[in-house]
Amino acid sequence: MSSMVTLSEVTGSLGSIGSGLAAIGPGIGVGIIFGQGVQAIARQPEAYGVIRQNMILGFALTEALALIGFVAPFVFGK
Amino acid sequence: MSGSALLAAESGCHLNSGCGFPAPDATIFNYDAIFTFDIAGLTFHISKPMVMLWVAALVVVVFFVLAFRKAAIVPRGIQNIGEYGYLFVRDGIARDTIGAKGDPFVPMLFSFFFFVWVLNFMSIVPFVQFPVTSRFAIPLAFAVLVYLLWVPLGVKRQGAGSFFKAMTMPPDVPKAMYVLLIPIEILSNFIVRPFTHSVRLFANMFAGHMLIVTFSVATWYLLSPSVIGILGSAASFTVTVGLTAFEMLIQALQAYVFTLLAAVYINDAVNAH
Repeated sequence: MSSMVTLSEVTGSLGSIGSGLAAIGPGIGVGIIFGQGVQAIARQPEAYGVIRQNMILGFALTEALALIGFVAPFVFGK
Repeated sequence: MSGSALLAAESGCHLNSGCGFPAPDATIFNYDAIFTFDIAGLTFHISKPMVMLWVAALVVVVFFVLAFRKAAIVPRGIQNIGEYGYLFVRDGIARDTIGAKGDPFVPMLFSFFFFVWVLNFMSIVPFVQFPVTSRFAIPLAFAVLVYLLWVPLGVKRQGAGSFFKAMTMPPDVPKAMYVLLIPIEILSNFIVRPFTHSVRLFANMFAGHMLIVTFSVATWYLLSPSVIGILGSAASFTVTVGLTAFEMLIQALQAYVFTLLAAVYINDAVNAH
């Protein structure tokens, strides 16, 4: 390992960058979920209860990825 | 109190006084023990989150005992609030998710919802201002409790064979795909599930508290006799107030999501697909 040469290095607030990258996918996902959810409620207002519940469930499952991305720098970073 | 950032802020570190912004870090979540005691050679450290955990339990119990102590057919006063909360969990979470078989689980889901909500709400109570669920051990304990409920329950209600088959082998899939699907399903349903269930609550509260603390520290840090300092300080303060309102929404939503997911997992156990 001592003979290893560092050719390039990235320094700075890498945790922030990682958190930002981790938020891209869930950001798109949450947008789709609420967009489709509102559309579904507009088409069928009487199914509001069921749609809202499933919307929030989908939101929670998608959001977990962004949150793991947010927590990871605190866990693995120094 | 702990946290070098807050100490730096308290000691009068302002915009033009030559010190950088004392950004809060994860140490603001650590509290020293208020008192310690020994039982059977083990030392117990009782810190602020522990005390708040007891206070929250007491608040929930006292509130609902008061609400239902003199239950009348026509509810009056506080009983209205209690019944509204009960019906919200029973009809909105238990019956919508689990169906008719969900009623025996309503007391547990009800307790989870209001206990988690009060723990989250501690975040914006003046002088408390710490969401207890942002200590990972607490949501993890709740999630493990739910896990230890639904897995044995599924084995008991459906039988071990059909329960694990339902959980790991989705129907109407080409046979060859099971080589790929079964490990993924085991991973997502039995290993990652309690982890994400607890991390979702923990990370939301952690992030929310971190945001409020960052902008509170910024308000104090930017407060200095200059135009940019006063404008920045006022802007930070406005953001802090806005975030507090936003956090109230998130707290209720996360308590709801936690309970809803517990109900979804119980549904996997009691209703065969």
